[in-house]
Amino acid sequence: MSINRRDFLRIAGFGAVLGLSGASVAATVKKEIEAAGPFKPDPRGLTAKRWGMAIDMSKLKSDAEIQKCVDACHQVHNVPEVDPDHPQQEIKWIWPESYEHAFPGNEGEFMSPHFKHMPFLVLCNHCENPPCVRVCPTKATFKRKTDGIVMMDMHRCIGCRFCMAACPYGARSFNFRDPRPFIKKDLNLEFPTRTKGVVEKCTFCYERLAKGVQPACAEVSNGAIVFGDLEDSNSEVRKVIDTNFTIRRKPELGTQPSVYYVIGGKDHD
Amino acid sequence: MYDSGKIIAGLVIFIVIATLPFTLNLGKAVAKPSPSIDTPTINQMAKKQCVESKDHMKTTHMQMLNEWRDEVVRDGNRLYIATDGKEYNMSLQNTCMHCHSNKSKFCDECHNFVAVKPYCWDCHIAPKEGV
Repeated sequence: MSINRRDFLRIAGFGAVLGLSGASVAATVKKEIEAAGPFKPDPRGLTAKRWGMAIDMSKLKSDAEIQKCVDACHQVHNVPEVDPDHPQQEIKWIWPESYEHAFPGNEGEFMSPHFKHMPFLVLCNHCENPPCVRVCPTKATFKRKTDGIVMMDMHRCIGCRFCMAACPYGARSFNFRDPRPFIKKDLNLEFPTRTKGVVEKCTFCYERLAKGVQPACAEVSNGAIVFGDLEDSNSEVRKVIDTNFTIRRKPELGTQPSVYYVIGGKDHD
Repeated sequence: MYDSGKIIAGLVIFIVIATLPFTLNLGKAVAKPSPSIDTPTINQMAKKQCVESKDHMKTTHMQMLNEWRDEVVRDGNRLYIATDGKEYNMSLQNTCMHCHSNKSKFCDECHNFVAVKPYCWDCHIAPKEGV
C-alpha cells in the first residue's frame, strides 16, 4: 500500500486535531471529578460577597466598653496575655489605639480634645488588596475568594514575619514563645491555641460565621460594631455607612480596608 | 594485604557496634500497640462506627486529616459527607476528640510505637483525661 504526501499530511492533521481536543475534554472532565469531593459548607453559615464592619465610635464611650469587646475576642480565640515585662511580645487581635496612631496624618494642630484622646477600637482591616497576602511566601495568609476574609492558615505559617512588615496597620502579632502558659484560665476548648513561631491576627471570626453567629466583638458591642456584607446595598452595615460620615485607616495606601469608623455619629441614648 | 590483622579486627569491631541495636534486642518481644476505644462517648454508641470504616481510618486517617484541614481552613467547607451518607463537622478538636477523648491511649499508643510525632497538639487542645 502506498500513500502520497498529500494524503499523509491530511491524515496526520486530522489525527492531531482529534488528539488535542480529546486531551482537553479529558482534562476538564478530570478537573470536575476532582473538584466535587465529599465536602460542603455548613448550611447554618452566614455568607457574603465581602464582609465588612462599621464601628460607631459615639457608641463606644468608655474604656470599659472597648475592653469588653477586646476581652470577648481574646477569650473565644485563646489569645494569650503575655508577660508585662516584655511588651514587644504582646499578642493582640483587636485593641484600643489613640487617634494619632490609628489615623496618622489626619491629626490637626488644633483638634477636639475629645477625639484626640478617645481610644479607637482597631483590628485587622481585611483589605480588598491585602499587602500581607502579597508577601507571604507560603500562602499561609490568603484572601478567601468567597467572602474576602484575610485568613491565616497556621499549618503553613513558617514565622518569617514578612506579613508583619507589610501590614500598614500593625494588625499582626508574632508568637515569640509558646503562648499556652499565658492564656488566662478560661480556655475555649472548641478553638485551638497557637504555637511558638507563627503569626496571628483577627480572622473576622470565620469559625463563628460558619455556625451562623456574628463575630464576638460585634455581639458584645451593644450595636456599636455593625458587621455585614459591604457588597449588599441593603445590608445593615451599608445602611450605617450610607447614612453617616465614615473614615477608614490609611486609605491613601490603596489597600481598601473593610473596616469603617463612624465619627461623631448621632449620640444614641 | 598489609596490616590485615588490624583491618579485620577493626571490621569485626565495627560490625559488632553497628549491629548492637539488633543483637541487644534479639528475642525480646516488644508489646504491640493496642489503641483503646474505651471512652464514655464511644461506649454509649449502639454501633461503634467511626466516620469511615475501621480499616480505612487505620490506613488513611493522616491523609484524611490533611484533607479536612485544607477544606476547612482554605475552602470553608466544614461538613464531610461520609460514604454511608452521614454528615460530620470536620474538626479534630470538636469531632474526632469528642469521641476519642483518650488521646494517650488512642493516638499516642501507635504514634509512640512507630516514633512519629504529629504536631497537631502544639495548637489543638487535647481533651482532659482522667477527670
